Amino acid sequence: MSDQVAAPRPANAASANKDKVVVRGLNFYYGKTHALKEVNLNLYEGQVTAFIGPSGCGKSTLLRVLNRMYDLYPGQRAEGEVLLDGENVLSKDLDLNLLRSRVGMVFQKPTPFPMTIYDNIAFGVRLYEKLPKSEMDARVESSLKRSALWNEVKDKLHASGLSLSGGQQQRLCIARTVAIAPEVILFDEPCSALDPISTAKIEELIDELSGEYTIAIVTHNMQQAARVSHYTAFMYLGEMVEFNETNNVFTSPRDKRTQDYVTGRFG
Amino acid sequence: MVEHTVKSYDRDLDTIERLIAEMGGIAEKMVVEGMDALASGDTVLAHQVVATDPRLDALQREIEDLAVMTIARRQPVAVDLRELIGAIRVAGDLERVGDLAKNIAKRAIKIGAEARVPRAIVGLRHMNEVATELLKDVLDAYAQRDAERAREVWERDVDLDALEDSVFRDLLTHMMEDPRNISFCAHLLFCSKNIERIGDHATNVAETVVYLVTGEAMPSERPRGRQETDIDVEAAGGDA
Repeated sequence: MSDQVAAPRPANAASANKDKVVVRGLNFYYGKTHALKEVNLNLYEGQVTAFIGPSGCGKSTLLRVLNRMYDLYPGQRAEGEVLLDGENVLSKDLDLNLLRSRVGMVFQKPTPFPMTIYDNIAFGVRLYEKLPKSEMDARVESSLKRSALWNEVKDKLHASGLSLSGGQQQRLCIARTVAIAPEVILFDEPCSALDPISTAKIEELIDELSGEYTIAIVTHNMQQAARVSHYTAFMYLGEMVEFNETNNVFTSPRDKRTQDYVTGRFG
Repeated sequence: MVEHTVKSYDRDLDTIERLIAEMGGIAEKMVVEGMDALASGDTVLAHQVVATDPRLDALQREIEDLAVMTIARRQPVAVDLRELIGAIRVAGDLERVGDLAKNIAKRAIKIGAEARVPRAIVGLRHMNEVATELLKDVLDAYAQRDAERAREVWERDVDLDALEDSVFRDLLTHMMEDPRNISFCAHLLFCSKNIERIGDHATNVAETVVYLVTGEAMPSERPRGRQETDIDVEAAGGDA
């Protein structure tokens, strides 16, 4: 019982300090708009890091840099370094497909493909691996189990993914992400369209996945950040204002702007 | 401090702060009047002090209820959370201060018309003045969110401990001089312990103020003078 009510804290001291992603001097531009300014940040292996800040502060932009999602849009560019296990993600000759298999992403609104539940998961796997049917079946099952959806869908794997509820669809998207065995999972406001029970299930899932995966989550819900993360980054106007252990950010933030934001005194 | 976007949140916090100020005022008055009643043998005043205590208890409960409700409804964090936890702690300390002042008043009633030793009470009065001063200063520090001032109070409590020590020796002397003083002086011994505890609660409040303002806890050990009333087991063993 006490395990359940205890605040999340770094899983263990050794992994708490192992860098998975290192961001150094990152600047990002939407055309002429300077959206991220000299951002420095470490994502620690197996830990959950939450990004909080008012709308337009750059937290989603930062998340989208981590797997080069911005590459899909013209006029957007990043400068600086984003090192994934020491390798610069911003490098021109990086294999984007490989990067995105290592850094998965779950979006705000559930985005199941218009195909069966089974194929929603198998589709992504087929892009990277050629598996015999039995192994694919096993992969689909383990991914659905990993995302706590298996019991609800095991009898209707060939029903459309769109027939699921919003919360189930979001867990399907997480299953799809987990299926290709990424190392880092990015969550961009994964619960903002969900009811409290589905939200709790996603939060439980994030807790389950931490340790094994390095997780970054953008959220407007500060209580959610406080609940699920080990580290919290507060951003404001494109700057990284404060990055610290979540316990500190929500009890004794160092920066006045962080304090004003987390206590609801902003603007 | 900048106001919350939600104004009713500020109103909740203001109400709690106002109630704490009210508790502080009552507790301070009880401490002063309890000693006045003891020194002058004024049992009417002593009964008044005793009768004030329930008001202090009721305020403490009101503050706790309000703080718990605010935590449940608004999920306070950072300075707001420290503010509410601080209010609960300070209310608890002030309630105890009230109890201790009440105890002194009760002794004043018990002593009643018994033979008094006016000289014996001088040191105790002085102790009570120091304790009142500590309490007043720490309540000001709380009202002004002044961590420096709170730290000062925290350090000054050592003076009160030293005074208790000298009062202890003084009372012993009076008892040895004339056994008829014993009953009165024994009552005063208990009173001096009560006053010393009032000082301890003032230092607790000081620690809360520092935590509230800075988010950091004070060191767990505060400066403390060596006291005659302390029992030093090792030294006692060595002497035997």
